[in-house]
Amino acid sequence: MNTPTAKNEWPLWEVFVRPKAGLEHKHCGSLHAPDAKMALQMAREVYARRQEGTSIWVLPSSQITASDPGDKDMYFDPMEDKVYRHPTFYELPQAVDHM
Amino acid sequence: MNSIAVSASLHVRYVLRLADTCLIHAQRLSEWCGHAPVLEEDIAMTNLSLDLMGQARALLSHAGSLDGQSWDEDQLAFLRDERHYFNLTLAEQPMRRSSAHSSGGDFADAVVRNLILAVWFRLHWQALAASSDAELAAIAGKALKESRYHEEHAAQWVIRLGDGTEVSHAKTQAALDRAWAYTAEMFVDDDTDAYAQAQGLGPLRSSLREAWQSSVQAVLDEATLSVPPASSFLSTGSRGTHSEHMGFILAEMQYLQRAYPGGRW
Repeated sequence: MNTPTAKNEWPLWEVFVRPKAGLEHKHCGSLHAPDAKMALQMAREVYARRQEGTSIWVLPSSQITASDPGDKDMYFDPMEDKVYRHPTFYELPQAVDHM
Repeated sequence: MNSIAVSASLHVRYVLRLADTCLIHAQRLSEWCGHAPVLEEDIAMTNLSLDLMGQARALLSHAGSLDGQSWDEDQLAFLRDERHYFNLTLAEQPMRRSSAHSSGGDFADAVVRNLILAVWFRLHWQALAASSDAELAAIAGKALKESRYHEEHAAQWVIRLGDGTEVSHAKTQAALDRAWAYTAEMFVDDDTDAYAQAQGLGPLRSSLREAWQSSVQAVLDEATLSVPPASSFLSTGSRGTHSEHMGFILAEMQYLQRAYPGGRW
């Protein structure tokens, strides 16, 4: 579903910044911009002006499909009592330290 | 607080011309703080202003060390009289209309001026990387990255406003027409330029014209804006003779240091 954009208002963009090489891009906020190119520049100004990043992604907020907060119970609560889904019951050889 | 007078050294003069253009342009851009059309651009314009302020500080400190009178960056920024500032006249023109009755322009004036000056600065920094003045070359190396971004940011705005709606096109063309008469000064050589070239300090201004024209033209073409006709008007800010706006901007900039000399906070 697309969020309706008010007339005369620029579309909303989600901003992802990679703090340094090797790390993943992390969502850090959103902003308004007329198009993708300007969104990148605005993201640089708003979210990376204090050396926070080495790479930026922007994507239209309208492209995000989000889970419904009303489905929260159904979606997430059943996991509460299923500790066996955590792989903590296995003895790991020392060589695979960082599983 | 009494005014200070800088030496007549052409080396000092050369550095001050760049420093003062950075300083005054930064001051004009800072007037947009809290007034830009959208929050994101407000932050962007403030960042541009701070970049320019940083360049001005480095250049003023360097000019102070060359001058031999041990002026620091603050004294040079705030205690000179109008005739001892050597910025381009374009930089001191009002760039934001603060009320219906004040002089100045609109957001289009800001983006057009940013483009015109960013390209001019970028060409200077590129050439100055090879300066015989090692400190100047180092400052240029750092400033180049900033000016490249300023140019890109301004260009994107000029293109979107010029090739936008009928209203934004008309306003941007009007802003370009207002600014254009002041561009002749950017490429006129005088004894300071001749000295700079002879000493290997930096390029003749006239040698930058072609590259500037082609960079700016490419943006204007994409923005569907037309280059205003050349005029015979030649501004003289970089010789120390300024327009009527300079006194006002200095009064605002200098008030605090004049009233409370050496004041810090």
